[in-house]
Amino acid sequence: MPTRHNLLTSRWGPILTGIAVGVLAPVLVALGNPGNMGVCVACFSRDIAGALGLHRAAAVQYIRPEIVGFVLGSLAAALMFREFKPRNGSAPLVRFLLGMLSMIGALVFLGCPWRAYLRLSAGDGNAILGILGLAAGIGLGIVFLRMGFGLGRNRPAPRALGWVMPGVMIALLLLLLFAPQFGRNPDGTATGPIFFSAQGPGSQHAPILISLGIGLFVGFLAQRSRFCTVGAIRDLILLKDSHLFNGVLALLVAAFFTNLALGLFKPGFQGQPIAHTNALWNFGGMVLSGLAFTLAGGCPGRQLFLAGEGDGDAAIFALGAIVGAGISHTFNAASSPNGPAAFGPSMVIVGLSLCIVLGLTMREPQST
Amino acid sequence: MANTVTLDTRGLSGPQPALQATHALRPLAGGTVEVFVDPGTARDNVTRIAERAGWRVTEEEQSDGSLRLILRK
Repeated sequence: MPTRHNLLTSRWGPILTGIAVGVLAPVLVALGNPGNMGVCVACFSRDIAGALGLHRAAAVQYIRPEIVGFVLGSLAAALMFREFKPRNGSAPLVRFLLGMLSMIGALVFLGCPWRAYLRLSAGDGNAILGILGLAAGIGLGIVFLRMGFGLGRNRPAPRALGWVMPGVMIALLLLLLFAPQFGRNPDGTATGPIFFSAQGPGSQHAPILISLGIGLFVGFLAQRSRFCTVGAIRDLILLKDSHLFNGVLALLVAAFFTNLALGLFKPGFQGQPIAHTNALWNFGGMVLSGLAFTLAGGCPGRQLFLAGEGDGDAAIFALGAIVGAGISHTFNAASSPNGPAAFGPSMVIVGLSLCIVLGLTMREPQST
Repeated sequence: MANTVTLDTRGLSGPQPALQATHALRPLAGGTVEVFVDPGTARDNVTRIAERAGWRVTEEEQSDGSLRLILRK
């Protein structure tokens, strides 16, 4: 079994992946990505939603090649190590909903767990509230897991199914490169279907090839090492297993030193890039997000890596995340640096209620 | 070999296989446990959890591509 003794599947796998992300994410910021946003699956799903016209926030529209790279890098690793196993059928509709809800929560905080850790490592004190909320949401999810929550078994699927999500990613890459303008404004100027921000975070990005390359590299590592920023905390509490948590610690340490070296470390609460200082909703948004991720079995990055190795249910979650990010903006629920939006808190409460209902009602059929 | 326990985690996604294995192993002082797992994450996690609890793990590939882990203590 050549894969048994592979370094990346050993205890060093998550640590090496964490170091790679911790170093490369701040590098992406230095090369043009928005502040403390070298990698953020929530923000990047939101940017993709905007680029596809699924929301109207003009400042956050861009097809992020890092996301494409995550899926395709994972696909490459899965093919190379014979772990490409197309499968689906584990409550896909619920996973779509959880993907949506996780994004609504994340965009109230302004970041997924990856960005929460990256924000902390760059000195953003508001991230502490987000991470505490994340841990609380995961803790709540664990209560449901212990009560028997489960989304049921998947089934092996035709090989073609595993290629659908990589195909979607290649389509996104082509749309990024060619940015077709099929529509016409009333004054005759070309517009859509692809929209790119002229200013704001959506206009800030590292060169496409570098973003794609780093995405591919991280996707490859993370598929092998099963890196997961939510599983890290979950396994520590639920299974007393620090395997994945070591990866998050490595990410924090590596990102701290890289931010320091690049002059990106700025400790404090006020004036942090793409962040607000409302403690309650930094916490509350991530409670929802952490709960939704835990019920779905992993962080949004992990869902992309699973999608790359053929998991159709994880792919559905990731597509739900893009739709949810769009809805978050059209429902005026996504925060801005000025603070939570008018409907952010109420959407979080609705989302939490839905997750609690799912947590109590979705049961694993008795199998043992 | 007093007790032989069988657990089928095929098709379950994380953390279910590791969680079910943990629950199955906890009351056992020893014996033989067989766990059917999907290759990849489930195999890695169940193996790690079992080895940490002092079980010796061997594996057999099944015709459907899944694995049969045999845990002994």
